[in-house]
Amino acid sequence: MSNFRANVAMIRALVRRSSNELLRVPGAAIPGVLAPTIFFLGITSAFGGLTLLPGFTTSSYQSFVIPVSLMQGAAFTGAATGVNLARDIEQGWFDRLLASPAPRPVLLAGIVLSASLRSLIPATILLIIAFAIGAHWPGFLGLGIALVVVMGMATVAATWGTSLAFRFKSQSAAPLMQAGMLLFVFLTTAYAPLDLLTGWLQDVARINPVTQVVEAARQGFVGGVTWGDTWPGLVALAGLAVLLSAMALRGMRRMTA
Amino acid sequence: MSAFAADLRVISELGRRSIRQTIRRPQLSAPLIIFPTLLLAIQTGGAGRAVQLDGFPQVDSFLQFMLAGAMLQACMLAGNSGGIALAIDIEMGFTDRLLAAPISRFSIVLGRLAGTAMVGAFTAIWFLAIGLIFGVPISEGVLGVIWIIALVAATALAFGGIGAAIALRSGKASVVQGLFPLIFVILFLSTAFFPANLMLAPAADIAEYNPLSFVVEGLREPIVSAFSGPDSLKALASIGGLGAIGFVTSALALRGRVKRGG
Repeated sequence: MSNFRANVAMIRALVRRSSNELLRVPGAAIPGVLAPTIFFLGITSAFGGLTLLPGFTTSSYQSFVIPVSLMQGAAFTGAATGVNLARDIEQGWFDRLLASPAPRPVLLAGIVLSASLRSLIPATILLIIAFAIGAHWPGFLGLGIALVVVMGMATVAATWGTSLAFRFKSQSAAPLMQAGMLLFVFLTTAYAPLDLLTGWLQDVARINPVTQVVEAARQGFVGGVTWGDTWPGLVALAGLAVLLSAMALRGMRRMTA
Repeated sequence: MSAFAADLRVISELGRRSIRQTIRRPQLSAPLIIFPTLLLAIQTGGAGRAVQLDGFPQVDSFLQFMLAGAMLQACMLAGNSGGIALAIDIEMGFTDRLLAAPISRFSIVLGRLAGTAMVGAFTAIWFLAIGLIFGVPISEGVLGVIWIIALVAATALAFGGIGAAIALRSGKASVVQGLFPLIFVILFLSTAFFPANLMLAPAADIAEYNPLSFVVEGLREPIVSAFSGPDSLKALASIGGLGAIGFVTSALALRGRVKRGG
């Protein structure tokens, strides 16, 4: 078997192992779905009046908030991958994986790709709820871009979670994996457009790369889809993924050093 | 030593242990302080311009409005953390040893609740300090501060009772921890974060009758305007009702646990 085919087979095996968990432990997907759903419904109900502010970009707060909840679901799913990896490290399963002849980046790719695919579960449920309570239909292009961004965000969160799992080698790092990503998501234009944010949050949101990611996912739901609103989000995701993957690979190499 | 004095001593010792436990275990203390503080900071920055909306109550700033909601959130989480700690004690067999000791069984639960109330009081002081640091005036001054701390401690006690009942019934920390999202559901359906007249239906209608709305308005009034008799009475009645539910359910759960033999 060629190296390339062997690597693809390895990635497929890791993705299949992750999906087996979903089939055998149906509750495993619940945390990634429940929290974003509660926050989506809660924030929409409580802060819906913000759309009455002059300068707010839409009259539908559901449409404004759903991309944030999609990112939150992706972040939770990615962080859960980190927690699962920490469990595998604790139980010695990952040591056996490291003893295999598979290249380290291939191992990371398998773990991260599974998170990326799993993130479509909370995204689907959130979108169904959002449309049921009146969120705008973003069009097929807007929806497609939002789902690509969701998968990208899950990739970023998974690389963050795995780098922490390699660093702490314990499931007790779970709150750090989840909270770190949640902060990234909420320190953006999560509640209101940039011009309507106040104080320090406006400055932080302006430089937070995840703001571009949220805006890329939001464009179909609020206004039209443009390449100008899409590419900054994709660049931000790619940059974060490269940076955090490098950190995760460094952590993996340190485990065997 | 009289039986009453002995009970008080047990309650005081267990209460002190409960506070030490919360301080020493970051997984218990962090959600009470860090999470509500971060949410307060983000919501204040994110929804701060809401004060410009027609129908928004007269306040100095959105932070002034939000402080009561953050305190309520923290004391609900304190009740939940107290329940988790009690469940951990049950899982580790510590509660069984207490039940075998010649002490009143209710003082075992009351000790835990006393600790939860103190932790609740601390969270009130924390958020009042944040408010003062960021220039939020407390309209009712020192009296208002004392009232708020007492009310938050009583609310934490009430929620601690409900957390304790679930811990005693299930005996599993994971079950009590599972209530965490539910806390946010109840909070979002109250006026903790936004005035009811500006919330969307059906949450706005639910918030009108949610007892937590009465509690949060009782906490908010001395911060944003002045003591209001009806609001204070509604807050006390709501806390009393929640406390009664917590007391009765935890007493029943304790009796059930003793009958089952731990």
